Amino acid sequence: MVITETLIMVLAAVLFRFLTSRFNNIRGWLLLGVSTMAIFWLQPAMPIRFLEFWLPVGTLALTVFAWLVTADTDQKSDRSNLWTAFFMVGLVLIVASARYAGLGEIITASRPPQISQVLFGLFMLALVGLALGRFARPGRFWLMGAMIVLLLIFLILKVPQFSLWGSIALRSLVGQSSAAASPFDIRWLGFSYVAFRLIHTWQDRKSGRMEAYSLMDTVNYVIFYPSITAGPIDRLPRFVKDAHKPIIMFSTEFGKAFYRLIVGIFKKFAIANTLTLLALNPLNAGQIQSTGWSWVLVYAYAFQIYFDFAGYTDIAIGIGMLMGVTLPENFKRPYLKSNLTQFWNNWHMTLTQWFRAYFYNPFTRRLRKNYRGLSVGWIVLITQFSTMGLIGLWHGVTPNYLFWGLWHGLGLFINNRFSDWMKPRTAVIQQRPVLQKMLDGFNTVLTFNFVALGWVFFALPSLDLSWRVFGQLFGLGG
Amino acid sequence: MHMKFFRNVLLKALLLFLVFNLVLVSLPPVSNPEQLSIYNSLVPGRPRFPFGENPQQAYNFSLYDVDAMFAAHRVSAPMREDDALRIFVFGDSSVWGTLQTSQGTLAGQLNQLNLSCNNRPLDFYNLGYPTISVTKDLMLMERSKVYQADMVLWLTTLEALPQEKQLASPLAANNPARIEKINAEYQLGLTVPDEYTNWWSKTLWGRRRAIADWIRLQLYGIPWAATGIDQVYPPYQPAAWDLEANQNYYDFKPPEIPDGALVYSAFEVGEKLWGGTPLLLVNEPIMVSSGENSDIRYNYFYPRWAYDQYRQSMVDLSIDQDIDYVDAWDWVAAKDFTNSAIHMNATAEAGFAERLSAEVLMQVCH
Repeated sequence: MVITETLIMVLAAVLFRFLTSRFNNIRGWLLLGVSTMAIFWLQPAMPIRFLEFWLPVGTLALTVFAWLVTADTDQKSDRSNLWTAFFMVGLVLIVASARYAGLGEIITASRPPQISQVLFGLFMLALVGLALGRFARPGRFWLMGAMIVLLLIFLILKVPQFSLWGSIALRSLVGQSSAAASPFDIRWLGFSYVAFRLIHTWQDRKSGRMEAYSLMDTVNYVIFYPSITAGPIDRLPRFVKDAHKPIIMFSTEFGKAFYRLIVGIFKKFAIANTLTLLALNPLNAGQIQSTGWSWVLVYAYAFQIYFDFAGYTDIAIGIGMLMGVTLPENFKRPYLKSNLTQFWNNWHMTLTQWFRAYFYNPFTRRLRKNYRGLSVGWIVLITQFSTMGLIGLWHGVTPNYLFWGLWHGLGLFINNRFSDWMKPRTAVIQQRPVLQKMLDGFNTVLTFNFVALGWVFFALPSLDLSWRVFGQLFGLGG
Repeated sequence: MHMKFFRNVLLKALLLFLVFNLVLVSLPPVSNPEQLSIYNSLVPGRPRFPFGENPQQAYNFSLYDVDAMFAAHRVSAPMREDDALRIFVFGDSSVWGTLQTSQGTLAGQLNQLNLSCNNRPLDFYNLGYPTISVTKDLMLMERSKVYQADMVLWLTTLEALPQEKQLASPLAANNPARIEKINAEYQLGLTVPDEYTNWWSKTLWGRRRAIADWIRLQLYGIPWAATGIDQVYPPYQPAAWDLEANQNYYDFKPPEIPDGALVYSAFEVGEKLWGGTPLLLVNEPIMVSSGENSDIRYNYFYPRWAYDQYRQSMVDLSIDQDIDYVDAWDWVAAKDFTNSAIHMNATAEAGFAERLSAEVLMQVCH
């Protein structure tokens, strides 16, 4: 995301706020319209013909299909949902018609396909939608099926070999040479976050924790444009509550939104972009000549990734506020936390909460239930390693991301066991405030360094290069 | 909270911005030799000037702020305690060291010879800059005087002398005030455009490029210090061997380049500028091709007649002006040039440095 895009998104949000503060009854439609246009506009260009048009259509279709899998029968027959679907089709056709209005490379990254192709594609999607509407039920079978579909798409996007095959297949489909296919050809804007939101709606519907929502509320939640690219991951009931709240143009929220935007823009475009020049990267990793400078570059990376992501989150929250939706916080000074558990409770918080709710907790419960003989230590070890391993793999199915996840899994396990061991001794320390403060300071430095060392694996493309930098960091040459 | 509040916030911000800019515009322009820099304090000074077109890979880039360039150079570091003799080497890209590591440049090779004079080590400073113009060299010389050279080594070539080349160097073109100062003081006879100094250019907005460049220069100091890299070395096309059958040099046709077309007066200015500091003028080595049409041209740059005439003029000038001069034009074999008829490989630089060192020692030790 560049500063121009950010400013355009802010302007769109201010306009949205102005209109909805006057005509609150059209808010849902307007939100759907602006978010739909945004996902087409933000989708990056790709070398495969028309893919930048079809992937946003895919996002919309996936969301509608996901809703059909979870919706009650009476909801499916509700006319308002049908109108929402028609409205979405209309929006897609408007984007497609940009090809003929000479706006093809303004609304989308390249010219949309011919209208006949679009109509055929929409017809096919409508057939799938009708079939799902007719047969799908919010039961285990359909939800598992939907989950498998998401997982397959995820694997195609994140496993380099599968991405390559996907690219070859798509290139063949549109009559392009497959010789130029690359694993980087398919870049689906915000797919991971869309998947997180869909899985949340399925799981909470399945467990009965969440009522059914209208198609418009669901789509608006899934594709809400300020958070489509990188979160935060909101929860549907909370989002809907905000999305229906009346908007007052100049309220305290307006001032807070601009404060968050200014802070976010400064963090991302001034601090993070500046630190990019110094931060560890695949090029300089192989060139560093001394231990001291290795640490400087690793620390620069640690702060760069924090300010980039936290800045982006501030911008997303600011734009969300302008649109009347208070997105959840994602970062709360994570590098000032005194242990790794606290770090993860304050770093990319909505992702951590999502994994805790939909993987860690259910998996822990299952282990406790099915393997009663397992000690607490073993359960913590297995659940932390698997959760963090999955979080690592979510960034990309590569050995480095996996190792980064396992590094944190190991850290969390050690932290958990150490905290247990320390519990009886903490009372003594708490009686001595100076000692407590010193220990807190030491632990914060230790935690930050542990996290910073983990970034070496995250920032670099191969384990060989990562170990080389690790060696440099500890004076072991390269 | 209502619209009035937001309007007031906006108005106050605008007012503060305007006041700040007015103060900035009213301040007199300053050339500050002691410019703030992380170089020579947090990180070592660079062994050659910042220059480059690929900053993210070379940790180096071109800027026009001469003070910032000097502040980033090791020449502005505190003097060494061993009382070393400081020898400044000026010239074009062949001195700066295109396709060379900083150790491989002429200054780097001379330093590796560990020369000394009367028990004082010689320390060579690479003050070359990769554009060809004697006026640009004079501008850098003028600015470098504060760093107390014990001797000056000035490498040049015919291509640095045509009138039209003088301000073609972006570094010179973007520092008209510096050029004009030399032009006026030493009657160099150049037509220098007025510096772009309207009100707008003095505001924060007008200075945004210079400010951003200064910040980037400091930032790139860190990866540069961490890696020692200040240039990328891509595969290159060797300098043209077979040449066009073209007798012309710019618009000049044989048999003679007219008087006043070349800025020979720059060498006299250089001599005056340095006062009593020894100056050794060197006609730098060029590639002498033996390919197609080499009977007409020495290389891509020079037709034989023009270059021969230039060499003779340099000899005459050195005698007339009493400037110490070395004509090293054929000191390097043609095979030892890289992507240009003036860029040598490291082996050639080493040989050149060794041969030149005798001349340097003769100058500096007497």
